[in-house]
Amino acid sequence: MIWLGIETSNSPLSIAIVKDGQVLVEIVENVKLTHSVTAMPTIQELFHKAKMKPMDIDAIAVSEGPGSYTGIRIGVTIAKTLAWTLKKPLVGVSSLKVLAANGELFNGIICSLFDARRQNVYAGIYQGTDLETVMEERHTSIDDLLSQLQSLNKPVLFIGSDVENFKENIKEQLGELAIFAPSSITLPRASKLIEVAETKSLPSIEEVHHFVPQYHRLAQAEANWIQDQKKR
Amino acid sequence: MSDRIILAIETSCDETAAAIIRNGHEIVSNVVSSQIESQKRFGGVVPEIASRHHVEQITIVIEETLEKANMQPSDLTAVAVTEGPGLVGALLIGINAAKAFAFAHNLPIIPVHHIAGHIYANALVQPMQFPLLALVVSGGHTELVFMKEHGSFEVIGETRDDAAGEAYDKVARVLNMPYPGGPHIDRLAHEANEGVEFPRAWLDDTYDFSFSGLKSAVINYKHNMDQRGEEIIPEQVAKGFQDSVVEVLTTKTVRAAKEFNVKQVIAAGGVSANKGLRSSLEQAFEKEKIPFTVPPLKFCTDNAAMIGAAATYMYEAGVRGDLSMNGIPGKELKSWI
Ligand SMILES: [Zn+2]
Repeated sequence: MIWLGIETSNSPLSIAIVKDGQVLVEIVENVKLTHSVTAMPTIQELFHKAKMKPMDIDAIAVSEGPGSYTGIRIGVTIAKTLAWTLKKPLVGVSSLKVLAANGELFNGIICSLFDARRQNVYAGIYQGTDLETVMEERHTSIDDLLSQLQSLNKPVLFIGSDVENFKENIKEQLGELAIFAPSSITLPRASKLIEVAETKSLPSIEEVHHFVPQYHRLAQAEANWIQDQKKR
Repeated sequence: MSDRIILAIETSCDETAAAIIRNGHEIVSNVVSSQIESQKRFGGVVPEIASRHHVEQITIVIEETLEKANMQPSDLTAVAVTEGPGLVGALLIGINAAKAFAFAHNLPIIPVHHIAGHIYANALVQPMQFPLLALVVSGGHTELVFMKEHGSFEVIGETRDDAAGEAYDKVARVLNMPYPGGPHIDRLAHEANEGVEFPRAWLDDTYDFSFSGLKSAVINYKHNMDQRGEEIIPEQVAKGFQDSVVEVLTTKTVRAAKEFNVKQVIAAGGVSANKGLRSSLEQAFEKEKIPFTVPPLKFCTDNAAMIGAAATYMYEAGVRGDLSMNGIPGKELKSWI
């Protein structure tokens, strides 16, 4: 079974080709280039290195969000188009879970997060090597997230390159219980994405057309519009 | 020579579109999925909403295009896609889908300028005669483009502020008409015998345009009438506004056509579907005895068939993109020869 994994949900880029559980090639970049410019050439390069043709893969895994709206859409558009035209199943994995998977050996709570601006975050809370969900992934204020974590009263591994932005806040709220992942595991890896995707059942090929990003937020205009409708 | 068969993709604004064009003029299939019903809620195109719709529709639209054409990827010569101008987030969906598709089937990619596409919509109807003058009018553009031959573009005039279509939408809002406003204004204008007198922006001898002054004049007129407690007659406001737009566009296009001694004049873009503008240009060029054409309505508004038509000529000229292609929201119209 050969997998192509595509992760573009935030500013890092990761692409991997995994064959029968073995990573053949993987790239992890954090040089803040536009995914639209780098993603496809990187995919091409990896196929070249793996000495494979697009048709050789059996399934595609993509990081479906949350994260940067444009970033998610680039990865999902590429993954959807490849899966549809090559007639391969497409599996979506939460970008928060992909990141949390980097800390799966941690014996405690794992919290992955992305900065969503104005003291808000996209966050997921998991535990155990199978990344059991403790809290559904969501868009929430950092304060609400931290008070929820506090109530669990267990050591928490914080993971993600945006954790830095909230470090003081986290330390203040959780004190000794807060553990910060080293920078070497704060970037999402497409091989981890594939690992999580392999635990899911393969959807049918027909479902590719209906695959959509998981933004975890309405577009601002839509949120305003819904508010307006309620007022009427 | 064997057939040149191009799959074209267009997602620069709020239409998710794909088409297959054979030899630059034959439309094998043409699919457009419009977001108008969704965008109506917001009174205009919201970029984030447009991008979200594109990602939902893109593979469905491309598949339908191939199925209607009864073709396989192996039948194709190249993949073409709109590179810009347009909404960047929207452009990126078409571009990344085009790149992924091209990679999967080892096909060349052709990056197409959206305005070149609008102009080449005419090649779907009849062969283009050079030298040629194109008036491109849409929600995002108002340009006069001179073409010496295929692939040669010289923008001789453009709007300094609002695009004509943008002015239409704003005036429609003043008159409480739903989005998109152009067709409503056009219809209302035809119901009045007499229009309110609004100014014309001639900008001296240039071929440039300006519509923001006219738009303000309409807003001021409504405001003054409101203050006096008088009701405006929407039909007369619409006619006054449309007369001003049409007169300026027609006069400048005729003057440019004569100065550049062109063999053909074409109108392109969504606003060229406007009946008032169409008949004014038709009459003027009949008088001047210069052939004038407007493509059918479905090729005036955004579509991928026009992108495929332009791409065929680019393909012939050796223009190719690659997998690092990006969306260019403010892309300039440049010659490819
Ligand atoms: Zn257009």
